[in-house]
Amino acid sequence: MTHEEFVQLSLTPLLIGCLASVSCALLGSFLLLRRQSLMGDAISHVVLPGIVGAFLLTGATSALAMMGGALAAALVAVGLIETIRRFGRVEPGAAMGVVFTSLFAVGVLWLERSGASGIHLDVEHVLYGNLESMVWLAADGWPALWDPAALELLPPQLPRLAGVLAIVLVFLALGWRTLVVATFDADFASSIGARPGATGIVLLILVAASTVAAFEAVGAIIVVAMFICPAATARLLTDRLLPQLLWSTLCAVVAAVSGYLLAAHGPFWLGYDASVSAAGMIAVMSGLLLAAACLWGPHRGAAQG
Amino acid sequence: MLSAFVDALVLGAGYNTTVVTLGAALLGAAAGAIGAYVLLRRRSLLSDAVGHATLPGLALAFILLVALTGDGRWMPGLMAGAALSAALGLATVEALAHRTRLKEDAAIGIVLSVFFGAGVVLMTILQSLPTGRQAGISTYLLGSAASMLRSEAELIAVLSAVLALAVFLFRRRLTLVCFDASHAAVSGISVRATDMLLSIMLLAVVVTSLKVVGVVLSVALPILPAVASRFWTDRLDSMVLISMVLGATGAYAGAALSSVAPGLPTGALIVLALFLLFLFSLLLAPRRGLLASLLRHHALRLRIHQRQGLLALARGEPIYDGLTLRVLRRAGLIRRDGVATARGVEAAEATVAEERLWGAYQRWYPAEAAAAMPERARPLNELLPPDMLEELTHRLARQEEP
Repeated sequence: MTHEEFVQLSLTPLLIGCLASVSCALLGSFLLLRRQSLMGDAISHVVLPGIVGAFLLTGATSALAMMGGALAAALVAVGLIETIRRFGRVEPGAAMGVVFTSLFAVGVLWLERSGASGIHLDVEHVLYGNLESMVWLAADGWPALWDPAALELLPPQLPRLAGVLAIVLVFLALGWRTLVVATFDADFASSIGARPGATGIVLLILVAASTVAAFEAVGAIIVVAMFICPAATARLLTDRLLPQLLWSTLCAVVAAVSGYLLAAHGPFWLGYDASVSAAGMIAVMSGLLLAAACLWGPHRGAAQG
Repeated sequence: MLSAFVDALVLGAGYNTTVVTLGAALLGAAAGAIGAYVLLRRRSLLSDAVGHATLPGLALAFILLVALTGDGRWMPGLMAGAALSAALGLATVEALAHRTRLKEDAAIGIVLSVFFGAGVVLMTILQSLPTGRQAGISTYLLGSAASMLRSEAELIAVLSAVLALAVFLFRRRLTLVCFDASHAAVSGISVRATDMLLSIMLLAVVVTSLKVVGVVLSVALPILPAVASRFWTDRLDSMVLISMVLGATGAYAGAALSSVAPGLPTGALIVLALFLLFLFSLLLAPRRGLLASLLRHHALRLRIHQRQGLLALARGEPIYDGLTLRVLRRAGLIRRDGVATARGVEAAEATVAEERLWGAYQRWYPAEAAAAMPERARPLNELLPPDMLEELTHRLARQEEP
């Protein structure tokens, strides 16, 4: 593969994969510690009706409308889950299962009914992701990186994901103390006025934002792997929060890069002349990293007490 | 369109559609029954992991079938593949949750996403097969009743009936473990084995549902009817029955709808039908429904306002609260100018006596009174047996004698 081809075809999917995985992994670590891992699953499903609903309402496919629709859907879902949990007195998992499957079904039906014509989304992409298509054809080699004309034609997902990652980092930097205290001891947090509830909502909003940004690249279900697997891997490697975040970032990058390269080039090494789904392969690689951590991680044992 | 839907609902839309809708109804009933027990064991989202974990097995089985026979659409073979990979997923959830420090919810998320990812990789391999050979597999993603063969519908119906029968046979064991696991353990029922049995039944119903509901939404079939039934009753056996009825109705309506709208995925239609049944239960169920809860809350509020108002009347204190005044006036206990009517005076005296009785109950039977606190707004003679009331009255009277 020449330099030109690499920049055109592989650079942007690689970057998109890494950016998506890293913002998901950072947030996923907190979800895991707060035992809300499946909230990532629920939100990734309800993003679909949000996006489709926003499109049907506004008729526009602008990133802002999609983001707004998805956030609204996520908040509706969180409210519904809470209502069902309270009045039905069922476990949160069951309440979540009711809400996200139903809203996802609504999203699928809307998508099928609207004919998928104006919206650049079909059910297959929602489920499989479409990382391979996010190429940068305007680039003709590395110099394109400082060529404004070529930069204009970057796949729009790339700046979007970079923006989301920046927001996540700012949130972590500014809200660090509150977030940590709310995660480890919510009662103590509320007693010192740190408002763990509000922190939790902001966390979920950021989860929804990263899901929307990552949605087109990897699909609704594989994004769950990005939220949980690197965070879980890091959890088996360390007992401290900062190393947890660093390890999960590292796992996310390794999974994204190795997954993409294996998907794009692995089949050729085996003699096939077609590539396989990069998003799926990223999920598989993050699963393999986790499996390795389960077998050899220093902190893998069941927690005492 | 509407008349065609009604035709399908009353089984008048041809033999094939009838078999499909009836098969779906049986499937919904079996899933509802199993889901109710799974809900009570607090493991509903296990079906999330199981459902998504079927995809790699499904795809592998399809590839294998294409290699062996040239056609991958043989449903029993696909189901076997799906069951194997779902079993592997289930075992992985167990291993992650019990042998590492990760919790079950994280384990479920890991298994569902990684297995689904592996399935997606295999599906893209499938798509590189020559066209014609890959046909049929994508109907398993979101379900398709329209593309179902009669033999497939019959197989689904038979399997669902067998599963429902299995639930019936094991019902005592399942009930005991759901109701009180430690009691079940001391009466010689292995909780672990029962949980395993339940997981296997869940796996079986999810695998059976793949052609109708699809990999992605199969998770909903056991959960939705079970959670909906929770709003109707507090009794386990009736909950299982209600869940079966709701599951059967939703799956039946969804499948019938799908026969008139073959372009739409059946799974999504069934889930939508189940969700409407769920919303109906959430809003209107007489026990736990939102409307019933609101009405109960409102009635309690009025009763407390009336009581506090009457106590104020008895003490000769002025009443300022608007709602209290309205409640008293509407009950004919005060006149428009706020002065108590004859009935109001009587009721105020009765309330004072009632409050003294409650006070006595709280003083002499503090533990029982504390336990009765949720019923504090009701008069004591509705809560206590007559002899108890008499004793309280006597003790009060004796104490008040000089």
